[in-house]
Amino acid sequence: MFDYNFHWRPVMKSLPDLLDAAFLTLQVAVLAMVLGIIIGLCLALIRMHMKGPIRWLASCWVELARNTPALFQLFFFGFGLGAFGLHLSPYMIVLAGLTFNCAGYLAENFRGGFNAVPDTQLRASRSLGMTAWQAYTRIVIPQVFRIVYHPITNQMVWAVLMSSLGMLVGFRELSGETQFFASRTFRIFEYFAVTAVIYYVIVKLILIASRLLATRLFRY
Amino acid sequence: MIEIHDLHKYFGTLHVLKGIDLNVEKGEVLSVIGASGSGKSTLLYCINGLEPVQQGRVVVDGTDVHAKGTDINKLRQRLGMVFQQWNSFPHLTALENVALAPKIVKGKSKAEAREIAAQQLRHVGLGEKLAVYPSALSGGQQQRLAIARALAMEPEYMLFDEATSALDPELVGEVLETMRMLAEEGMTMICVTHEMGFARDVSDRVAFFHQGVMEEIGPPEQIFSNAQSEHTRKFLANVR
Ligand SMILES: Nc1ncnc2c1ncn2[C@@H]1O[C@H](COP(=O)(O)OP(=O)(O)OP(=O)(O)O)[C@@H](O)[C@H]1O
Ligand SMILES: [Mg+2]
Repeated sequence: MFDYNFHWRPVMKSLPDLLDAAFLTLQVAVLAMVLGIIIGLCLALIRMHMKGPIRWLASCWVELARNTPALFQLFFFGFGLGAFGLHLSPYMIVLAGLTFNCAGYLAENFRGGFNAVPDTQLRASRSLGMTAWQAYTRIVIPQVFRIVYHPITNQMVWAVLMSSLGMLVGFRELSGETQFFASRTFRIFEYFAVTAVIYYVIVKLILIASRLLATRLFRY
Repeated sequence: MIEIHDLHKYFGTLHVLKGIDLNVEKGEVLSVIGASGSGKSTLLYCINGLEPVQQGRVVVDGTDVHAKGTDINKLRQRLGMVFQQWNSFPHLTALENVALAPKIVKGKSKAEAREIAAQQLRHVGLGEKLAVYPSALSGGQQQRLAIARALAMEPEYMLFDEATSALDPELVGEVLETMRMLAEEGMTMICVTHEMGFARDVSDRVAFFHQGVMEEIGPPEQIFSNAQSEHTRKFLANVR
């Protein structure tokens, strides 16, 4: 009833290529997260403190990022912009798509974080003569950062997994590369099984690193 | 000297301070008493510019707090403030809590700031707790930490907004003791308080606020034994 013969040799031979692709996956996910954190923080601050069209734009960003499929967001930067004559490289499509998505999700996390820090912390800081900038960067944001630390970790994991959508816009990150080899050798199961293990290891390493970092960062 | 002239404060249409005139001399300890909602906290916030005012002036050592050109961050260094809710910064140790503002606001070196901080913490009896995070301190200790933090800026004036109201009764004493010590050292203080014993024993003058008006001000003996205003007598009869 089960006459599939496993052939692992082709996979093992292309393992170096797969690991290179895994590195690319990690790279694009990390970059998207760094940009996503910066932009998400700005989006949260804009939505909390500003009025008018800029606030409306920020809200649209957050709504679209959170309430549409990540795949469509990627397609927008690929085929959507392409239709208007703006052609991004596959790498840029994935980076832009992931950044858009991460920034939207993180903006909501940041907003929750800011709301969780009592106003009185800001008042106390200002009463000591700190400027608003000092009070935010020294007192408020470090506390927000702790609150959003775990959501950020989760988002990082999600960014790694989500980057596999890159294969649908021709990006040869880990999934794209796997697809490429799999279709050439027809060892589809073997390739995707090995790739799944690689994803699993990456995610585990992220979680372990995050936990180690947390014990160093948060002593209180 | 703090000079308050015809101060009016509104929150929207709510008229919270209705023309306050008050001078506080160097070295004086003034207690401010009155019912909840009478505008006592708001008065303190207007003095250090945490709340804008709609009419009148607050002048601290010759500088108008609410004037356009005033460097409010510089002026606030002269005005230490302690809040009802002890606002220790939870992500910093006791020492870092106190050392931060001298370093980033006054530009002291790290070593200097830490030296000042350690000294102030010892001053309020927290010399053993330098490396501890606020979560490991009691409410009374956190409030003394807040006092040390304000003192580290070497202010000319200290504003206390019901510094003991949020504390468990058994912790009130240690904070009052610290405030009493400051008063004896000659610090100029404005203390909004519900502690009538403190107001009576420590202050030079007591001001009674009623619905946004300073109804009465005078030495503690006068306010507590010979109040002129009906409202003052009623209020004191109720709190005792
Ligand atoms: N940020 C604000 N916005 C609107 N109204 C406010 C604000 N802060 C205070 N008020 C109102 O102003 C009035 C005076 O408040 P304030 O806090 O100065 O009273 P208080 O005398 O300190 O009372 P308590 O003893 O309860 O602390 C109250 O009616 C209060 O509801
Ligand atoms: Mg009050």
